[in-house]
Amino acid sequence: MNIGRVVGRAVSSQKDDRLVGTTLLLVEDVDASTGRGTGDVAVVADTIGAGAGDVVLVTQGSAARFTAITKDRPLDALVVGIVDAIRMDGADTFSRERGFGPAGTRRTPAKARSTRGTGT
Amino acid sequence: MLAEVTGLVVATPKSGELEGVRFAVLQPLGADLRRRGAQVVAVDTVGAAEGQRVFTAAAGSARLASGMRDRPVDLAVVGIVDEITLATGGGT
Repeated sequence: MNIGRVVGRAVSSQKDDRLVGTTLLLVEDVDASTGRGTGDVAVVADTIGAGAGDVVLVTQGSAARFTAITKDRPLDALVVGIVDAIRMDGADTFSRERGFGPAGTRRTPAKARSTRGTGT
Repeated sequence: MLAEVTGLVVATPKSGELEGVRFAVLQPLGADLRRRGAQVVAVDTVGAAEGQRVFTAAAGSARLASGMRDRPVDLAVVGIVDEITLATGGGT
């Protein structure tokens, strides 16, 4: 699964019959540590009611068809969860209320919060 | 994929098929065992802890992990790595 942010919604009136009634969101991949968008965006089906700005878990490939609602539909990406919190090194780096950034501290530039090791 | 567990994800509103599933944030590792590439999220069925090195099964194979049959998962932690020996002698 990838972590992404809902950046929009796609409306399509002419589409495969088996996609009628499916909500299609635009989801941009984000870095799980910093919340920075990667610039990669995908059209992702949603069955749980995610909205603009939500940070979501997206499953890809045939896995997207393994729900009661999406079974046998021509989909390859699906929102399977709205993220409440991400914890790294014992601290919340994201909460739904606060967004990305360490709890109780002033938000710092994403670069400074990166947990990436050296040499990457 | 060889990866290091860097965190966990809590997602309450989710697809009913994923009730009770635990999500780990993984940082893929390269051939030199350094962090390489973007972090991803996997279901964890083996109880891996932060900082541990693990390996994963992707795509259809992820649904063969314990308890994941017919669930909408595309990546599963299927083992914790105890030890790695590199042919170059640089392992841990």
